[in-house]
Amino acid sequence: MNFTFSKRARTLCTGILVLGLVLAAVGIINDHTDHHQNTWAALFINGFFFFGISLGALFFFALQNATETSWSVMVKRVYEGIFSYLPIGAAVVVVVLAAGSMGIHHVWSWMDPAVITEGSDTYDAVVEHKMPFLNMPFFWFRVLGMYLPTFLFGAYWFRKQSLALDGMTGEALVKHHLLVYRRSALFLVLFAVLSSVMAWDWIMSIDVHWFSTLFGWYVFAGMWVGSMICAVVLVMYLKSKGYLPQVNNSHIHDMGKWVFAVSFLWTYLYFSQFMLYWYSNIPEEVIYFKDRIDNHTWLMWGMFFVNFVVPMVLLMSRDAKRNPRLLIGVGTVIFIGHWLDLCQMVLPGALGDHFHHIGLLEIGLFLTFLGVFMLRVLTTLTKAPLTPVNHPYLEESVHHHI
Amino acid sequence: MANKVIYAVYDDPEVLKGAARKLVTAGYTVRDVFSPFPVHGLDPIIGIKRTRLGIAAFMFGITGTSLALLGMYYMMIYDWPMNIGGKPNDFFYQNIPAFIPVTFEFTILCACHGMAITYLIRNKTLPGMPARNPDPRSTDDKFIIELRTEDNHGRSAEDITGLLRGTPVFEINERQC
Repeated sequence: MNFTFSKRARTLCTGILVLGLVLAAVGIINDHTDHHQNTWAALFINGFFFFGISLGALFFFALQNATETSWSVMVKRVYEGIFSYLPIGAAVVVVVLAAGSMGIHHVWSWMDPAVITEGSDTYDAVVEHKMPFLNMPFFWFRVLGMYLPTFLFGAYWFRKQSLALDGMTGEALVKHHLLVYRRSALFLVLFAVLSSVMAWDWIMSIDVHWFSTLFGWYVFAGMWVGSMICAVVLVMYLKSKGYLPQVNNSHIHDMGKWVFAVSFLWTYLYFSQFMLYWYSNIPEEVIYFKDRIDNHTWLMWGMFFVNFVVPMVLLMSRDAKRNPRLLIGVGTVIFIGHWLDLCQMVLPGALGDHFHHIGLLEIGLFLTFLGVFMLRVLTTLTKAPLTPVNHPYLEESVHHHI
Repeated sequence: MANKVIYAVYDDPEVLKGAARKLVTAGYTVRDVFSPFPVHGLDPIIGIKRTRLGIAAFMFGITGTSLALLGMYYMMIYDWPMNIGGKPNDFFYQNIPAFIPVTFEFTILCACHGMAITYLIRNKTLPGMPARNPDPRSTDDKFIIELRTEDNHGRSAEDITGLLRGTPVFEINERQC
């Protein structure tokens, strides 16, 4: 059965989009930072946030194939829906990066040639030392030659194969499934390297003096939580509309477990990074946290509290993970929590002393992209049968019981 | 009338599940089932309540967290404030990030060991405890349903065996309690 995008839902998505645009417009008018830095930073945050969510869904989809997981076959279309947003998210990120490279804004201060010109006012020897990695040609080669082609082609290919599986039976189905299985494993290897380096390039290099090898995994865990929440909320929505009749409590329970588990993964990585820097207290390392603790105390500890304590306490029991209302409630809260996390990664570095609080600009653009994201995901869901027609593990997934 | 215990031996878990379902539907009470491995979906059929091991694990975990924090507070802040690398040691909260790894590990240690030991005690399978399975074959390739006449008031051993014979049973053993 195909999903029909009801008029009401479409109006709601468009409404969120328009409301977001209005708020963002007010925010842009009131943005008095140099080069409209705040606007660009907010655009990057929200572009990357939803890009990350669809990337997390793509990773999870590949993970399910590579591990030959059976229970998730019932809901695989939902993940396909989420990662169908990938090209739009990538386009937004590329626009912001390109504007930075052309000197339209200075979110990434190292992109300014003056920073590495000896004798200029803003000359920075540390950045010059990082030139072998952080230079324009190599940076753009990584963006356009490595990350985006891998991810976008992956999204395209996996979707295509998933639809192709629907029309196959018997020997051909198994053979094709094994092909997807092998390619998924290959994709995971590429993803492991590229997602980490991508986070250094796009987010860590905003605070250009600072470095953390763990940063990529921390960013990745954050976006993975986002995709797990999106998936479970979408499944719940579809079920409430009478779709996906064969998805039972056990599927919901498993999806709830993923939200819970990945929240812990995120906390673990975030804290590991924080504690080592806090403990060693080396100036060039600890400055990143000192700035955030001293000037953005509530934002930093608040988002840590929301992203860790809320899922831990509320989603710990088995009954909680099977309770749709609670899952949606907790999911919404930590969804916003991870958005705040991204804000505190980007804004203190991008705006420096001009960053005081999260304003209309960030919220407006968040709503705008949320609207675009929902429109795109729900539209993709209408294009293929929500329950896969053929898959080697379909039968097992229907009878999933834990 | 002496109480009797009846063991119905099956050689397939799915067949056993069907038989158990038939027995329960007919109003009989199954005392226990012995099998070489956990049979998925059997618990609700024979009316075993959901395990409370998760709650026990949580309690053990919380105990671990509290003990670890309390211990470190006493040792590092209260009794003899330790100055390690110039970290603040006047108040507990200033130093808490340094205590988290130990707390984390100790929570897991207590939760895992507590849970494993509780499990073994509850199942009466601590090392050295006598085996409770009626037939050694239930650790190899046979699946055994245990029924007792005392659980099934008003039904004789013959009623039970009669019903069991209607299922693809491998063999039926009867013993006095």
